Amino acid sequence: MIIPTSYYLLLSGILFSIGVVGVLTRRNAIVIFMSIELMLNAVNLTFVAFARQFQSLDGQIFVFFVMVVAAAEVAVGLALIVAIFRVKNSVYVDEINLMKW
Amino acid sequence: MLPAILFFVFASIAIASAIMMIVHRNPVYCALFLILTMFSLGGHYVLLNAPFIAAIHIIVYAGAIITLFLFVIMLLDITGGNSGEKVKGWSQFVGLLLSGILFVELAVFFKSGFDAPPSSSAAFQGNTEAIGMLLFTKYLFPFEVASVLLLSAIIGSVILAKLKLK
Repeated sequence: MIIPTSYYLLLSGILFSIGVVGVLTRRNAIVIFMSIELMLNAVNLTFVAFARQFQSLDGQIFVFFVMVVAAAEVAVGLALIVAIFRVKNSVYVDEINLMKW
Repeated sequence: MLPAILFFVFASIAIASAIMMIVHRNPVYCALFLILTMFSLGGHYVLLNAPFIAAIHIIVYAGAIITLFLFVIMLLDITGGNSGEKVKGWSQFVGLLLSGILFVELAVFFKSGFDAPPSSSAAFQGNTEAIGMLLFTKYLFPFEVASVLLLSAIIGSVILAKLKLK
C-alpha cells in the first residue's frame, strides 16, 4: 500500500501549525528558535512528499539546501542569543526591547 | 500494510513530541523532544524513498543542530532559577487562534488535491548517486553559493562571539 501524498501534506500542516503556536506563545528565545526549526522541517517533509508524487529528485535537492540554510541560521541565531544574554542577562523575548522606543 | 502502520506510528510520535516541545517549560526537555520529532521525520523520509535525505537529516539535526542548542542552553544556564515563563493569557489565546486559522487554511488546501497515489514508485529511488549527480551538474551553482553562505555564517558567529560588548 502506498500512502497518499495528501496524508503527508496534512501531517506537515499540523507540524507547521504547532511550530507557529510555539513562536507566538513562548517567551524563551531558544525555544522560539526550535519552533522555527520545526517549521522548516515541516516544509522539508512537503518537499520530499512532492518529490515522490512527481517522481523527481529536485525536491530532495531543495531539502538539502534548506538544511544548509537552517544550519547557518541556527549558528548565527544562537551566537546572537549568547551576545544578547551577555548584555541583558536574559533570553526572554519580552525583556529584550532595546529597539523599542 | 506495513508502510501504513509505520506512517501512523511515526506521525503520532512526531505530533506528540512536537506538542510536548511546545508546552514543556524546561528548554533541555524541549530540545530532547525536538530530537524525537527529527527521528520520526527521518522515518518518514525512509518511507518516502529518500534514504540519503533521511541520513543527512538525522546527522545534521540530531548530530549538529540540537547539540548546538543544548550547548547554548547549558552555557547560559537558564534552565533553573527564574521559572517565570509567564505568558500573558490574551497573547496565548491570539497565538492559538491565528495558528488554528492557518491550520484550517492548510488543511482545506491540502484536501483539495493530490489524493492520487504516485505512479510507479519502484522506478524512483532517491539514492545518493542520483542526488550527487544532480548536485554536481544541474545544481552546481547553488551548491557553491551554499558553501559561501556557510562560510559567512561561520565568520558571522565568530565575530558575534568575540565582540567586545559594553
